Amino acid sequence: MTRNLKRWPVRLTSLLACLLFWQLAANVKLDLGLLTFTYVPTPKAVLDAAWQLLTSSTLLAHLGSSLSRVFAGYATAALVGVALGLLIGRSKWAEDTLLPPLEVLRPIPAVAWIPLAILMFPSSELSMVFITFTGALFPILLNTVHGVEAVDPRLVASARSLGAGRWAILREVVLPGALPSIVTGLAIGMGTSWFCLVTAEMISGQFGIGYYTWESYTLQNYPDIIVGMLLIGVLGMGSSALVKRLGALATPWYRTRRAS
Amino acid sequence: MNSYQQAPGRIDGRGLSIRLGHGSEAFEAVQRLDFAVEPGEFVCILGPSGCGKSTLLGALAGHLVPSSGQLNVDGQPVAGPSPERGMVFQHHTLLPWRSVLDNVAFGLKMQGLGRAERHRQAREMLQLVGLADFAGRWPNQLSGGMQQRAEIARVLINRPRLLLMDEPFGALDAQTRARMQELLLDIWASIRTTVVFVTHDIDEALFLADRILVMSPRPGRFIEDLRLDFARPRRASLLTSPEFTHLKRHCLALLRHEEGRELPRLTPLGLPDTDHPPLRIAL
Repeated sequence: MTRNLKRWPVRLTSLLACLLFWQLAANVKLDLGLLTFTYVPTPKAVLDAAWQLLTSSTLLAHLGSSLSRVFAGYATAALVGVALGLLIGRSKWAEDTLLPPLEVLRPIPAVAWIPLAILMFPSSELSMVFITFTGALFPILLNTVHGVEAVDPRLVASARSLGAGRWAILREVVLPGALPSIVTGLAIGMGTSWFCLVTAEMISGQFGIGYYTWESYTLQNYPDIIVGMLLIGVLGMGSSALVKRLGALATPWYRTRRAS
Repeated sequence: MNSYQQAPGRIDGRGLSIRLGHGSEAFEAVQRLDFAVEPGEFVCILGPSGCGKSTLLGALAGHLVPSSGQLNVDGQPVAGPSPERGMVFQHHTLLPWRSVLDNVAFGLKMQGLGRAERHRQAREMLQLVGLADFAGRWPNQLSGGMQQRAEIARVLINRPRLLLMDEPFGALDAQTRARMQELLLDIWASIRTTVVFVTHDIDEALFLADRILVMSPRPGRFIEDLRLDFARPRRASLLTSPEFTHLKRHCLALLRHEEGRELPRLTPLGLPDTDHPPLRIAL
């Protein structure tokens, strides 16, 4: 703990140095030929823009629509991903019927779904939720399958010897055994679903953080671009931390093993 | 324990063979075994590694299906795993996400007993194996010997006809193993269930059993049926008595073809993990 405390001054200094470089480079409109700071706003301008957004009423509308889209898409992906993952991991038949089409769809980036999603869904709102869903589904699904297949077969055999039926083995052995891996999938999926949502919002949104960022670019409100970027970062980080925290609460035995 | 209902536990094997593996690699692990075990008997199956003694235990538990012959427990053919035939593995199979108490109560939960009643019985059982103070721990917070005691309690709570043990103390250090052997005999003195105990350790078999079935290397066949009449309760002093040494010499002669047991290689950093090579090297 004391060693960590001693390291904080260096970490803070590093952050401050980055900010200072940004301030200087933006002030003198540094031009490195390949890369130019001519249009980059200063940290001060960003701070002012952030304050303006925080005190205006539009922030809530943007935040609200982004959060509700992420929640809808991510929650659906979590349910479908875990259910399909358990099925595929436990049944050879389900693996043979479900996994091949999913393996074909998996390498397609969620962003590439955007045009088709707009054509397939009645509203752009639904198509954005679908993109978020697609982004989160595969990490959750694959981590669940992997977690289920890694469950110690001796635990299953032993539970059967103690009188557990098919359903009890799933509930008492397979699901908790796969849970640490599922939590990892959920945390990764949270990151990718934010990534996909922001991209989708930039293309087809009205309201939302991604839309706000892109709109600022088209309206040439350059400081607002960075405010949008920082907001995306903070929201993504916060929701991933929330998933990890909830995951740790759901797997208390896992923590004691790592601690001991 | 007064509440313990003693179930019979007679085993009959007739011409029992078990095949393992697939296609051209299949082989007979045990071949045409004929044997009977009386209810309440403590039988050790002694044999070299890989002779098929654990395979026979797997068939008794219902995890393996015989390829020919009959295997009956109390007149009923063995068909699949059952709480009446409890199994203790070499390494514990306690559920890491359940407390020690809930692990021991697991069988009762499967029977549909209420929480209060199953916890009451589980506490009683933990008392019997000397783990009363560890009910609230996670399994990975216990030592190896304690984990095996919890495992035994978890199996016994189902009042099994058979207690099947597959080298249950094989992974423990010598002192812990000796204490666990005495504890097992104490438990068995109060719960007279039939015990089938697989081991490759001659001392262990002689110390524990009423009767030792000695198995030959693959394909496994019984080459000796040895009855022991050492007085019970047995204590460590038995190990140095002349009769014990005499019988040990006899068993050593029966197993003299046994090659050195292959143990996992150790490095100063622990067990080498061949399945997951360290990423650092690849990067």
